[in-house]
Amino acid sequence: MADDYQPPALPSPFTHTKPAPILLAQGAEAHVYKTVSLDPSIPAALKIRPSKPYRHPILDRKLTRQRIIQEARCLVKLVREGVKVPAVLALDWEGQGGDEAGWGGAWLMMEWIEGPVVRVVLEKWEAWMKVNRSSLDATRISQEEARVRGLIRRMGSAIAGLHKAGVVHGDLTTSNLMLRTEQVEGETLSMDGEVVLIDFGLASQSTQDEDRAVDLYVLERAIGSTHPLSEPFFEELLIGYKEGNKGATSTLRRLEDVRLRGRKRSMLG
Amino acid sequence: MIAIGMEGSANKIAIGIMSHPEDGSPPQILSNVRHTYNSPPGEGFLPKDVARHHRTWVVKMVKDAMKEARLKVADVDCICFTKGPGMGAPLQSAVMAARMMSLLWNKPLVGVNHCVGHIEMGRLITGAENPVVLYVSGGNTQVIAYSAKRYRIFGETLDIAVGNCLDRFARTLFIPNDPFPGYNIEQLAKKGKRFVELPYIVKGMDCSFSGILAAVDALAVSLGLSGEEQARLDDERIEKEQGNEEQDPDAKPTRADLCFSLQETVYAMLVEITERAMAHVGSKQVLIVGGVGSNERLQQMMGIMARDRGGSVFATDERYCIDNGVMIAQAGLEAYKTGFRTPLKESTCTQRFRTDEVFVDWRD
Repeated sequence: MADDYQPPALPSPFTHTKPAPILLAQGAEAHVYKTVSLDPSIPAALKIRPSKPYRHPILDRKLTRQRIIQEARCLVKLVREGVKVPAVLALDWEGQGGDEAGWGGAWLMMEWIEGPVVRVVLEKWEAWMKVNRSSLDATRISQEEARVRGLIRRMGSAIAGLHKAGVVHGDLTTSNLMLRTEQVEGETLSMDGEVVLIDFGLASQSTQDEDRAVDLYVLERAIGSTHPLSEPFFEELLIGYKEGNKGATSTLRRLEDVRLRGRKRSMLG
Repeated sequence: MIAIGMEGSANKIAIGIMSHPEDGSPPQILSNVRHTYNSPPGEGFLPKDVARHHRTWVVKMVKDAMKEARLKVADVDCICFTKGPGMGAPLQSAVMAARMMSLLWNKPLVGVNHCVGHIEMGRLITGAENPVVLYVSGGNTQVIAYSAKRYRIFGETLDIAVGNCLDRFARTLFIPNDPFPGYNIEQLAKKGKRFVELPYIVKGMDCSFSGILAAVDALAVSLGLSGEEQARLDDERIEKEQGNEEQDPDAKPTRADLCFSLQETVYAMLVEITERAMAHVGSKQVLIVGGVGSNERLQQMMGIMARDRGGSVFATDERYCIDNGVMIAQAGLEAYKTGFRTPLKESTCTQRFRTDEVFVDWRD
């Protein structure tokens, strides 16, 4: 079944691009392509939100349009505030193409970020640790763990910067954090480099502790469910977060509440 | 190995018998019986009434199940019961019966988490190996993925369950509770075409339904569609409109339109959070379990989403989607085989029992 799968058609400005855009990832909401902007030497990331055929058309248009505009606004604001996110190059919320009366979804073109997502970095590290842990001595293990701690702490300060700029991400997972770095091929990936936040599809402008705490909570749960070995280091993220944001205390207090609320869901029958 | 499963966490008392043959051949369902307590239209079920119902029916259900399975007491290896989550009084009636049978027949008890029961049954029936699970019922709404011996909850409702939202809206519109409100909403929604915009609330991987319920309830009241008399009048209007090919898109919405819009909105939210979990764990399979999972529109929407991701959806019909005893027997047997037992002293039940509290020793 997976073999005959065809991604949705590209919107019209990209149907004749040379070289053709390369599909990098199919996220939940969008397809991300690598393409070029203006000149073949300038790489760019193209995010297409195809229309969702499972949704009612009215609901679909409303959500797609609302989200892509929201995303672009947040990115523009963050770039201005100096937060590490990809810059916006171009946008169309009523993209042409597709079959239904020219409605093919919306697209957003952004600056190209070179490097892996944190999820891959942590997954490779965890896989490598599983195989090699028994053969490593205590100092090496603590060195390895220190690398992960450092990375997670830098993730925390990146998120602090984001929140300080008045934006919440809305879907923080390790797939939505990138490491801007030149990678050397090896068994594990380098954990150095700048943490860049991507995918602001669910982001919104907010300075409320509740929204910020939910951001942190979503990430905590995402790490817990996908990176069990790195889960114990989540505290580091909060340390990094506190360092980067002076008003963090009230957010972290709120995080306690959010955790309790998630836990307390009584789940009747 | 043969287990009896006893389920009574909500308004159904259900007994199922499951056999895992010693020679390793596929598990067999020997019987699956159920009796449902239904309240009149416009009302929900009260725990005390449901508990009384369960106490009245449990002995007959067990006898029927044993007869259908053609078993003697000696053939049974263990008695599995729902430990939670669920409504307190109904849970207790079922646990009481399980305890009594355990003492009477001298068989060990196995306490089972209701949600894990649903997941294991769905996996068995559909053959899905490692799917992202959407568990949707009148009491629960969760997106679950298995990782490192636990069923981890990726996203869930922040307030009421999706089934609860539908059930309560059915009460507002005086839609019958028999066979179950969600089914009747689905049938009515098939006649609706006008989409009414409702709040759409997804927060990260979680979602919320209470605000939507309040909004659609208020809309129904302001359109004069709530209550018994209105239900009858509106049904006539819906029937009349069915005859016309072209509905006036700007006319006042009917109850059918409201049901249609509510379903479209809440199911879009569920499909969205499921898709997000699939993208995150890189799974292409999705399994829908729980009572709301028998909704064909939800299955259809999920199917379109899964197809667009190059994957597939697994769903079961109402025999295994809706609470049943076999799922308790299935999950119980899996635990029993790993040596898990619930001593009589600990054979309690609990209203709060999270899916991720269960140590899933039977999976790699």
